[in-house]
Amino acid sequence: MRGPVLGWSGLAVVALLLAGCGGDDDSTSAENSSDSEPSTLTVFAASSLTDAFGELEKTFEADNSGVDVEFSFDSSSTLAEQVIQGAPVDVLATADEATMQSVVDEDLTAADPVAFAQNKLTVVTPPDNPADVGSITDLDTGKVDFAICVPDAPCGAATEKLFGIVGVTAEPVTEEDNVRDVLTKVTTGEVDAGLVYVSDAQAAADDVTEVEVPEADQALNADVIAPLTDAAEPDLAEAWVDLVASDQGQQVLESYGFLPPP
Amino acid sequence: MARTVRPIASATGRLPWQLLVPAAAGLALLVLPLVGLVVRAPWSTLPDRVGDPEVREALQLSLLTATAATCCCLVLGAPLAWLLARTTMPGRRAVRAVITVPLVLPPVVGGVALLTAFGREGVVGQLGYDAFGLRLPFTTLGVVVAQTFVALPFLVLAVEGALRSADPRFDDLAATLGASRWQTFRRVTLPLAAPGLASGAVLAWARALGEFGATITFAGSFPGTTRTMPLAVYNALNSDFDSAILLSLVLLVVSIAVLGLLRDRWLTGAAG
Repeated sequence: MRGPVLGWSGLAVVALLLAGCGGDDDSTSAENSSDSEPSTLTVFAASSLTDAFGELEKTFEADNSGVDVEFSFDSSSTLAEQVIQGAPVDVLATADEATMQSVVDEDLTAADPVAFAQNKLTVVTPPDNPADVGSITDLDTGKVDFAICVPDAPCGAATEKLFGIVGVTAEPVTEEDNVRDVLTKVTTGEVDAGLVYVSDAQAAADDVTEVEVPEADQALNADVIAPLTDAAEPDLAEAWVDLVASDQGQQVLESYGFLPPP
Repeated sequence: MARTVRPIASATGRLPWQLLVPAAAGLALLVLPLVGLVVRAPWSTLPDRVGDPEVREALQLSLLTATAATCCCLVLGAPLAWLLARTTMPGRRAVRAVITVPLVLPPVVGGVALLTAFGREGVVGQLGYDAFGLRLPFTTLGVVVAQTFVALPFLVLAVEGALRSADPRFDDLAATLGASRWQTFRRVTLPLAAPGLASGAVLAWARALGEFGATITFAGSFPGTTRTMPLAVYNALNSDFDSAILLSLVLLVVSIAVLGLLRDRWLTGAAG
């Protein structure tokens, strides 16, 4: 009876040790050899940047052989909190300056954040526009079920500002954690309308109908990027930031619906 | 058969270290996170935060929906358990397998599945919406449905277990004395299954209270309507971590309090 218990506990301990050691091995090998070992660049980015950064990933990996760029796309505030809690990340890109500031305040950024784009809100509906939404003020009629981002996320903060400008006081049926979740609620037909960025509307193409909001120009969000102090790959992190801020990066971002930086 | 000379646990209570060490590690794993919550809690700002209307709203909603879901589980689950334990209906094994699925299904997957069935464009939901304008997502009722979905298996399995261990001859006796099947169920079977019903209800309530993945996916998140305590904790994580710790503590204390009360009242009382 002793044997199996010892055996399984021993196996569990060995497994735990291996799991803990795995991360260290990767970084030491990346530091020791420059080209022979593959290195990983870890980028945390707001979900609105999914497609644009996805394309830039191909360029970056082609220019830097042996480098694998890994992303985590999520709500900016979620990612910022993860960085503050100690997540091992090289670069952080948020969808507004306020969220990046929370990370700067913790002395976690290795360089001043760079504003590399701006994003504008728009209203999207399912393709058939079931609630006949013609403008943003239609959301106030009480007959439209719409979704927005939580106020603590950049898209939510901009939505609140925009609602203040156009005078919409109606409440949404749900507050989603990030802008892509809002988009999903619209594309699956669960809501009649949602507030997303123009870049998300463009990414969704025929899965949504866009209703332009002229006043959205007054509630823009600046996308900012910064390398982090605890980066395992500081040189690659800088290179990524340079790529995003370069003309090439700007072109890619514009092609996905982003506006030039302020 | 070879045996060690020393007994496994002697009268003086000495425990073998081979069992003690893993047991202590297991206990530490369970206790340390709870200790962490208490230690890191924002005790100095506690009075202001607890009075926050959003906290009270989330707590009220959680208690309301968990209790409603447990009632639904009892009403729907007890008959289902009876079908499984007391009848020879064909396909019982398949039914039992299906009932067990929500137990192993990741809650968020459950939420997606609920959407495909009861969402506005869902298999059943579409009919309801087009004909009557009925909608489950983004409503408090939707929260109850999601919680019932994940909690029902607990109740059904607990009651089925109790029914199996209860002597079916009492049911037969009631029949020979002239009771109808419904009367037998109400006055003989149910009281016999009471311990199973109680423990199943407690499990279901606890599961419903803690439900997150299916709720946020199916019912969405809006303060007062669908933002239960777990969703409120998730929401606070990114804006105010201290608030998240506090909400977590409140949920922990409420859960422990109710579980403690119910345990004493129902399980020891029914042991006779």
